[in-house]
Amino acid sequence: MSEILRVENLKKSYDGFVAVNGVSFGVAKGELKALIGPNGAGKSTCFNMLTGQHRPTEGEVFLDGENITGRKTRDVWRKGVGRTFQITGTYQSMTVIENVQMALMSHHRKLFSMMPRAWKLYRDEAFEFLDTVAMADQADRPCSVLAYGDLKRLELAIALTHRPRLLLMDEPTAGMAPSARIELMQLVADIVKDQGVSVLFTEHDMDVVFAHAHHIMVLNRGELIADGSVTEVRNNPQVQEVYLGGGTLFKEEDAHA
Amino acid sequence: MAFFFAQLLTGLANASSLFLVASGLSLIFGVTRIVNFAHGSFYMLGAFIGVTLMEVLPGHFGFWGSILLTGLAVGLIGAIVEIVVLRPIYRAPELFQLVATFGVILVIQDLTLMIWGAEDRLGPRAPGLRGIWRIFGEPVPKYDIVLIAMTPFILFGLWYLITRTRLGVLVRAATQDREMVGALGVNQAWLFTGVFALGSALAGWGGALQLPKGGADLLMDFNIIGTIFVIVVIGGMGSLPGAFIAAVLISVLNVLGVTYLPSSTLVLMFVVMAVVLIIRPYGLLGREEVAGEHGQVGAPETPIRPYGRLGQAVIAGLLVLMALLPLVADQFLLILTIDMIVFALFAASLHFILGTGGLVSFGHAAFFGGGAYAAALLVYHFDTPMEIAFLFAPLAAGLLALGIGWFCIRLTGVYFAMLTLAFSQLVWSLAYQWRAVTRGDDGLISIWPTDWLSGTVPYYYFTLILGVGGILFLRHVIHAPFGYALRAGRDSPRQAEAMGIDVKRIQFAAFALAGVMAGLAGGMFVFSKGSVFPTELEIAASFDALIVVFLGGVKTLAGGVVGAGFMTVVEDWLTRLEYWRLLLGLVIIAVVIIAPEGIVGSIRSAWARYRGTGDEEVAK
Repeated sequence: MSEILRVENLKKSYDGFVAVNGVSFGVAKGELKALIGPNGAGKSTCFNMLTGQHRPTEGEVFLDGENITGRKTRDVWRKGVGRTFQITGTYQSMTVIENVQMALMSHHRKLFSMMPRAWKLYRDEAFEFLDTVAMADQADRPCSVLAYGDLKRLELAIALTHRPRLLLMDEPTAGMAPSARIELMQLVADIVKDQGVSVLFTEHDMDVVFAHAHHIMVLNRGELIADGSVTEVRNNPQVQEVYLGGGTLFKEEDAHA
Repeated sequence: MAFFFAQLLTGLANASSLFLVASGLSLIFGVTRIVNFAHGSFYMLGAFIGVTLMEVLPGHFGFWGSILLTGLAVGLIGAIVEIVVLRPIYRAPELFQLVATFGVILVIQDLTLMIWGAEDRLGPRAPGLRGIWRIFGEPVPKYDIVLIAMTPFILFGLWYLITRTRLGVLVRAATQDREMVGALGVNQAWLFTGVFALGSALAGWGGALQLPKGGADLLMDFNIIGTIFVIVVIGGMGSLPGAFIAAVLISVLNVLGVTYLPSSTLVLMFVVMAVVLIIRPYGLLGREEVAGEHGQVGAPETPIRPYGRLGQAVIAGLLVLMALLPLVADQFLLILTIDMIVFALFAASLHFILGTGGLVSFGHAAFFGGGAYAAALLVYHFDTPMEIAFLFAPLAAGLLALGIGWFCIRLTGVYFAMLTLAFSQLVWSLAYQWRAVTRGDDGLISIWPTDWLSGTVPYYYFTLILGVGGILFLRHVIHAPFGYALRAGRDSPRQAEAMGIDVKRIQFAAFALAGVMAGLAGGMFVFSKGSVFPTELEIAASFDALIVVFLGGVKTLAGGVVGAGFMTVVEDWLTRLEYWRLLLGLVIIAVVIIAPEGIVGSIRSAWARYRGTGDEEVAK
């Protein structure tokens, strides 16, 4: 299976503090892969280096074989990488559908256009994306009044507008109710299956991770300590020790219970 | 060498007063996020109160006691201003408070005039420090040496207050995160009042301390405010040592400038500020302001929609009335309306980058005045026909905006504001001091329109078509993808970049477009007045535009236009009265308190309440 993303020896240090220390991994095409680890393990830093918010101190990032290390965020996006954030950053002064239309205008390179009425552009297309995440009924509400879980779904719709090859989701279900979490990740899993998008996501909720991820990576103190199938990672003694404190909570039978 | 050293000492002596005033402004901004334009007024009050007290109280004790009392008195006045004027509007949109402080400037100006009269006061000499000492043979006033000796103690005292006392801890905490300090049970209202009073007191002390070297006059509020902002920005917002270094730097440069480069004095400090900001975007000792660190204040802007049928009908009706105006109106009313349209276009262009783009420009007059001067210079020097010269107004202003924007766009927030101010001061000083070309403050005169536009009525229609056309064009752009991209960059730069939007490039283009429109307004202005003077490029002109945009409502599309119309009419009425500044100041303060969302914003909220619809309603 060929890889959509390959990361080689990625490193980030701030004034001597090493946040991410020589991480290498790959994401296969059509895969739903989780990156887990305790708070401060370096997950978000990793993501920010992949999508150009931060420049890596060392190491390289390849997207489908092309070296995209240190490229600007907007260039990485143009290359077909979608991104959602841990803390959502939608446009508060626009309606839900306008947020999606904005992404479509960017995708169709209409940003400097001064003539057409913006809210008429790509409205039908935007509706379809909202429909994918079950937000169509809220299309014309102002973004500022949305519930948090709805914002997360809107963010997903926005990230899908340029038909990304790779989608990076930073804690997609944080702050959501448990039932909504499962629903959202089921949605992501369906999108992976239907559209062939590859997804890399970070997550704290192990129910979500084990229910949906094809493969799991574990990051601890900036170093990758495991990378494998769900079963492999679950039975990895180092993961149990370092990440879960060696507790018994995490035996296979518990997870299925 | 000795002469040079003496000059250095004079600079250092001047720095002590400047540092006091600047640290007060920095403190107020850091904690309350208010850009306090009225800070210079407190400095002026300090000077006048100081003079009066020194006349009453005799001797050593009287002199130093007067200075001490002055600070306390000005601090008290500051506290009253904060409680009465600012406290009701903390929840208004960011920077809205600066409008209120502008009202305070006007009120204090006229009150000072009423109480102390129009005559300049000479400051009394400090008792026992009247003479000079010779240092390396050069005379240095004794009072200067005392000031220089005092400054480190002032710096240390403030530093101690901020880093070692409970009040200091609160102030620093509030500077970083106001909400959190509130959540920890600190009474924010009184903390703000206390800080505002302290900042005002520092300004008052600064005003009183400089008395033996200068005096008290009615222009000193505006004369110092530019310098103080420059010092705070060069030093880095919120940094006391930074403000100190910058105060010394600017004072010494000023003294040297007067001696060696007299023609540079007006711009020297703005050039220094521009250089510092281009190299260090957050000042010498300032820290980067993380976007959104302080949170959005007030309700988020509602989604925009073009007017519905009713709105369009009202606008159309209004335009028809304006088109028919020459049938009934006299010359005077037509000229007033021309002024109004010109100012409305100018304000709309500022509103475009300020409201839609989130870029607060303090120097927008550079483009209005720049456009006016471009056209006027062509007519004056080359007898260019008006039809061609007029086109150069928006063109030159647009090019100027491209040049200035290229430097400014990389900065954000208040640093962006200050760099635009610096550049506009550069343009102003060119007009003021390059007499061979611009005739300085004699201005360029006899810039009249071409024959077919020379009557008031034809020129009225000319203005109406171009002015209204420009305003409608800007509105159209706001509703187009470009306007949306601009708003996206304002709402969430991170998200915008993450969907392929080059935020800085969009802002750069918007800045240039706003420059073109301001230049168009400038062109219309110069041919309606027949002349142009450096006053059109002054800080005050930039502030006028800023005030009307906020007054009209920065979060509404019509804000700039309505604010400009309101202001033109009010000013026209009030300036016939003797104490018009006082009244205008009170009107501004009243509007600010009654309508904290601006005129249009507050009417819209009232309308929504009246119709019983919530915020969610979006007209289709």
